[in-house]
Amino acid sequence: MGSPVPPVRPPHSLGAAIASTECVLCGWTPPSSWSAPAVWLEATHLASLRQSQAMEGNPVHRVSAGDAWSSSMHPDIESERHSQSFNVEELTNILDGGAQNTALRRKVESIIHSEPELSLKDNYFMTQNERYEAAIKKKFHILMLAQRLGWSEGSSELQYASRSVSGDLGFAIHHIFQKTIRSLGSEEQIAKWDPLCSKFQILGTYAQTELGHGTYLQGLETEATYDAATQEFVVHSPTMTAIKWWPGDLGRSATHALVQAQLICSGARQGMHAFIVPIRSLDDHSPLPGITIGDIGPKMDFEHTDNGFLKLDHVRIPRENMLNRFAQVLPDGTYVKLGVPKSNYLSMVVVRVDILLGEVLPLLQKACTIAVRYAVIRRQSRLRPSDPEAKVLDYQTQQQKLFPPLAMAYAFHFVANNLLEFFHHSYSFILDGDFALLPELHALSAGLKAMLSDFCTQGVEQCRRACGGHGYSKLSGLPSLLTRVTASCTYEGENTVLYLQTARFLIKSYLNTQKSPGSASKGSLPQSVAYLTAPDLARCPAQTAADFLQPELYTTAWAHVAVRLIKDSVHHLQTLRQAGADEHDAWNQTTVIHVQATKAHLYYVTVKIFTEALEKLESQPAIHQVLKRLSDLYALHGILTNAGDFLHDGFLSGAQIDMARKAYLDLLPFIRKDAILLTDAFDFTDQCLNSALGCYDGHAYERLFQWAQKSPTNTEGNPAYEKYIRPLLQGRRARL
Amino acid sequence: MDRGAWEATIHGVTKSGTRLSDFTFTFKGILKVLVFNCFWIGQASGDLSQENKNLILNDPDFQHENLNFLSRSQRYEVAVKKSAIMVQKMRKFGIADPAEIMWFKKLHLVNFVEPVGLNYSMFIPTLLNQGTTAQQEKWLHSSKGLEIIGTYAQTEMGHGTHLRGLETTATYDPETQEFILNSPTVTSIKWWPGGLGKTSNHAIVLAQLFTQGKCYGLHAFIVPIRELGTHKPLPGITVGDIGPKFGYDEMDNGYLKMDNYRIPRENMLMKHAQVKPDGTYVKPLNNKLTYGTMVFIRSFLVGESARSLSKACTIAVRYSAVRHQSEINPGEPEPQILDYQTQQYKLFPLLATAYAFQFVGAYMKETYLRINEDIGHGDLSELPELHALTAGLKAFTSWTTNTAIEACRMACGGHGYSHCSGLPNIYVTFTPTCTFEGENTVMMLQTARFLMKSYDQVHSGKLVCGMVSYLNDLPSQRIQPQQVAVWPTMVDINSPDSLTEAYKLRAARLVEIAAKNLQTEVIHRKSKEVAWNLTSIDLVRASEAHCHYVVVKLFTEKVLQIQEKSIQAVLRRLCLLYSLYGISQNAGDFLQGSIMTESQITQVNGRIKELLTAIRPDAVALVDAFDFQDVTLGSVLGRYDGNVYENLFEWAKKSPLNKTEVHESYKHLKSLQSKL
Repeated sequence: MGSPVPPVRPPHSLGAAIASTECVLCGWTPPSSWSAPAVWLEATHLASLRQSQAMEGNPVHRVSAGDAWSSSMHPDIESERHSQSFNVEELTNILDGGAQNTALRRKVESIIHSEPELSLKDNYFMTQNERYEAAIKKKFHILMLAQRLGWSEGSSELQYASRSVSGDLGFAIHHIFQKTIRSLGSEEQIAKWDPLCSKFQILGTYAQTELGHGTYLQGLETEATYDAATQEFVVHSPTMTAIKWWPGDLGRSATHALVQAQLICSGARQGMHAFIVPIRSLDDHSPLPGITIGDIGPKMDFEHTDNGFLKLDHVRIPRENMLNRFAQVLPDGTYVKLGVPKSNYLSMVVVRVDILLGEVLPLLQKACTIAVRYAVIRRQSRLRPSDPEAKVLDYQTQQQKLFPPLAMAYAFHFVANNLLEFFHHSYSFILDGDFALLPELHALSAGLKAMLSDFCTQGVEQCRRACGGHGYSKLSGLPSLLTRVTASCTYEGENTVLYLQTARFLIKSYLNTQKSPGSASKGSLPQSVAYLTAPDLARCPAQTAADFLQPELYTTAWAHVAVRLIKDSVHHLQTLRQAGADEHDAWNQTTVIHVQATKAHLYYVTVKIFTEALEKLESQPAIHQVLKRLSDLYALHGILTNAGDFLHDGFLSGAQIDMARKAYLDLLPFIRKDAILLTDAFDFTDQCLNSALGCYDGHAYERLFQWAQKSPTNTEGNPAYEKYIRPLLQGRRARL
Repeated sequence: MDRGAWEATIHGVTKSGTRLSDFTFTFKGILKVLVFNCFWIGQASGDLSQENKNLILNDPDFQHENLNFLSRSQRYEVAVKKSAIMVQKMRKFGIADPAEIMWFKKLHLVNFVEPVGLNYSMFIPTLLNQGTTAQQEKWLHSSKGLEIIGTYAQTEMGHGTHLRGLETTATYDPETQEFILNSPTVTSIKWWPGGLGKTSNHAIVLAQLFTQGKCYGLHAFIVPIRELGTHKPLPGITVGDIGPKFGYDEMDNGYLKMDNYRIPRENMLMKHAQVKPDGTYVKPLNNKLTYGTMVFIRSFLVGESARSLSKACTIAVRYSAVRHQSEINPGEPEPQILDYQTQQYKLFPLLATAYAFQFVGAYMKETYLRINEDIGHGDLSELPELHALTAGLKAFTSWTTNTAIEACRMACGGHGYSHCSGLPNIYVTFTPTCTFEGENTVMMLQTARFLMKSYDQVHSGKLVCGMVSYLNDLPSQRIQPQQVAVWPTMVDINSPDSLTEAYKLRAARLVEIAAKNLQTEVIHRKSKEVAWNLTSIDLVRASEAHCHYVVVKLFTEKVLQIQEKSIQAVLRRLCLLYSLYGISQNAGDFLQGSIMTESQITQVNGRIKELLTAIRPDAVALVDAFDFQDVTLGSVLGRYDGNVYENLFEWAKKSPLNKTEVHESYKHLKSLQSKL
């Protein structure tokens, strides 16, 4: 190889330290602890910024720090950024929710990436133990930074900090513990526990799932029996299957657990309630009496988290440790209900909404970034015999693999934000005891969590496989993205169960529309299902392929199919009932159709949200145009993969499916032109992507080679040779 | 097959891209092929004498360690140790018969990956097939005796499936009578070969041969890479491990960079092509066998898909019978989750698929042997179709299996995510099958080429035979849209034969659409290659439909051959489920082609649910029939005895993190609490 190594240009994140002065270009302020020759750094920073802006019209933040290749762009990726049909920076601002957020995020990222303690570089080479320790160390470090820089709890700065280290931090569940106390605890309880959590004087975990039960809450076996004599609850795991299993931070870290248990008071079972149970000594961290605790062993991923088990043997806790915003047990054992039965689920709704933007979606966006970038520097075979080898992204089949996930990555951005808004809107009502919006919020968050986690998982895997053999290397970053995102299909509610929860809501809503035709009840349908009563066409009016690029046309098509399938599933259910089937058997025998109907409903919801979000962007025509193509692709891809549902009742004809397919195929080359820019707009730093294939500068092969050489298998000698290979070779020789 | 035959068959595949051997299915894997004859792997354990079997089972050296708790370096070390012990034991016991070796390895290694395996599976066979007698005399003995450990280096960082793109060069220097090997670019660094990183001291390297100023394409060279005695990389050689991967932790997949590295002229394998001392190049005779071996490896992979999917189904179905959850009827005990329709809908179509692929795998092997015999008699007529079929079926079955293993894992809920389930490991071990030995999309397009060729042939008035003979019916009115009204009534959704016909029509229709779109593009674009690219999505669809038809057809035929009535009945249900589920999932194709009506699709969906209920009582028996030993499954959830939870708890307690009650990392927590 022997290629000359270009001089290392101090990148922005390291190079711009003008002590306690903001960078004039992006408002970045270096931490006060830094000292550096300010003039030199300033000059370098400005020079590099100018150079990079001249080159790709974007700030230098996108360029990785510390790699020798960063000052030059791979020509194959550079050419993709030459002519821009839209302003990438503006799109990034939209994704961030405003230019000021983009600036703030970059400021935080610069700070984070300049801290060697917060580097992700060695992650792929670490053992489970090392990952855990590193994650705790990182969390600790970030908290210290936050203290010094005045980043408050729950602030955007801390969220951006977490994003820039890919959430590779300890104590994620500690925050869920804290949030649950805030949503299920009384004001008094919050006053007591919240400060302890904030100051990390206690470390919490949220212990719900058991060895034998997960999503089905009522099946949980852990018991909390009230003892009026001592005014205590006795928390107990009565069976092997009752052992709490999976909670993060439980295995080695937590001092307290929020335990979901069956409340038994005055001899009656009152269902699931949440209890704060101290589990480890605050002095020496040893398990408290009656507590058996440990790590559940290796998993597909989340090696940095100590998912644990917890067995409770008649552990006594004071009466005040039951969270009692919505229910309480009086000293004499009287049970008082203050909320609706569903209110205990509120904390799960909170988490489901949180994880979509905070965890699940970025994983898909990263996978798209890596796979699309690699696809323009990987050349393979020829499109014409006389041409040089073609970029693999120029192959139609590669576009077919990568662009639907890319379209989803954008669609789900708008969907998840829309859900978040709805959540904020309804959450305040709920905390005040107005539960009117809870059923819809619950249904929507359950369904969208299931759909987004399913699609993101499929999308990430698709991206990984689209990178061929190198996608199998951990250094590509893709295996870790997959193993991480796939967990979201079963955690926080197994997806099939969640789809069926949404299905129940849909059926109920549909039956409501049937009850009193033409009456006021129609107007009161929750917003997300209002289309159930909207006028419907029997046939799609499309006459050309171009008609399929009308958002109204494809949104209506999805609405039609969703309504038909919901009606159909209700019809099946009722038919079975009328034939004498027991209600519950009838439900079980129709669940496959309910899931199918729910998926169509959710697809409709997402198409609608995406198109509505685009309407608001019409003032930015270039961006509107590029995003509309993604919206079209998203809707059409769904129609084509479910063509049977659209053909079934003749809503679409065979000829119309062909038109839709043509419209879809014609979109691919347009998206091809913008593909790199669309992934650049996500604005992940190289450090955060942590991928040898997906770096901004396109130098995938050099990085792959350099990173591989750092593997401990190369740096730490080969004990297997001395111990086994040499004797093997020599043993034979001696015999020869 | 005798030993010579399999060695002959397995020799260097030179057109297939990323190597199977990169992942070391190795000697063990190849031997496994020998018992392809036995439909259920496991029946044949009688091949090993009871004496030898006991020898293994009672030997403390043969205990299986739980790899889940080890680091990558430790796993590599354990793998090397196992190989070393095994080789020493085979020497000691004088085990030499291939069948005996296979069973010895099977019992010893279970699903184990073996870093020295490439020496046997690739290095020696390539030597046998491409080396001259003199070369074999020189190298064979020492490699068989592990005096040297060899591997096979083909794939480079920048090129895999597209072999002609490989960049490594071997330039002949007549003055010294040496070849000068070079990795001229970063992308030309050899990347992925198994056993290359740390274990091997020799590699057969594929490089572009230059002599007398001209490039003669890819040839194979024996390259010493590490010094005998010290194991240090030789001067001019940069070699190492490519780092952590999704799976195959035990394997040292490696990189190899050569800088003006000289080897003697005799190190080029010269059985076929030669370079004379003065640098004159002598062309090889046409070697048809190469074609056959590619077919062989890919057809083997179809069986590998079946096996991996069968394992995943076994675990998921057994666990679903043990796991109780929620309620169907209030007040009743919690049902087994296998009683939920949604769970059955997730798993039974996959179970049916596992059976389908088992039969397809067996068919591929039979066909390969038959055609191999024809080739021996000089009849090559069936080879092109077989080549096309294996490429497509390798892609079709591995894509399906890849998704299906994940579906099985997710059907096990949260516990599927733990390594205790064994499913993450099955997945990461299987998934490279989609990219090695020919990237799947490229494979599908190879099949499409054959389909287009056959279509053109029919179009020009010639008949085609074999699996594509349905194309002969194309010019007739059968699949013309205006005429098909007669067809739907003819599909009987309870008849596997009739469903096979439906799949045939779908394949015919999609092949025709792809062919017509290709023609249209050719007219518009002038360049055939550009037209091909712009039709490639349609072409892949056509290939998939063709492969799907073949699988349905083979499954249907196999069921009819089964004599035992009760077995035939249960397999017929699976066959129906497989066929109907495929229709339901691809309803658009069947509706749009007017192969079936809307009401028939509704009936199909209804029938699927009836079949789920009918299969439910046999589900556990159907996975038991795969006859995997617990140690092979490596799964706490999939245990034969069903004692999942107790063992799960025991398994977790073994985790090294649980050795002490307060972990040493507590120091970090403590400082956190004190500083904030």
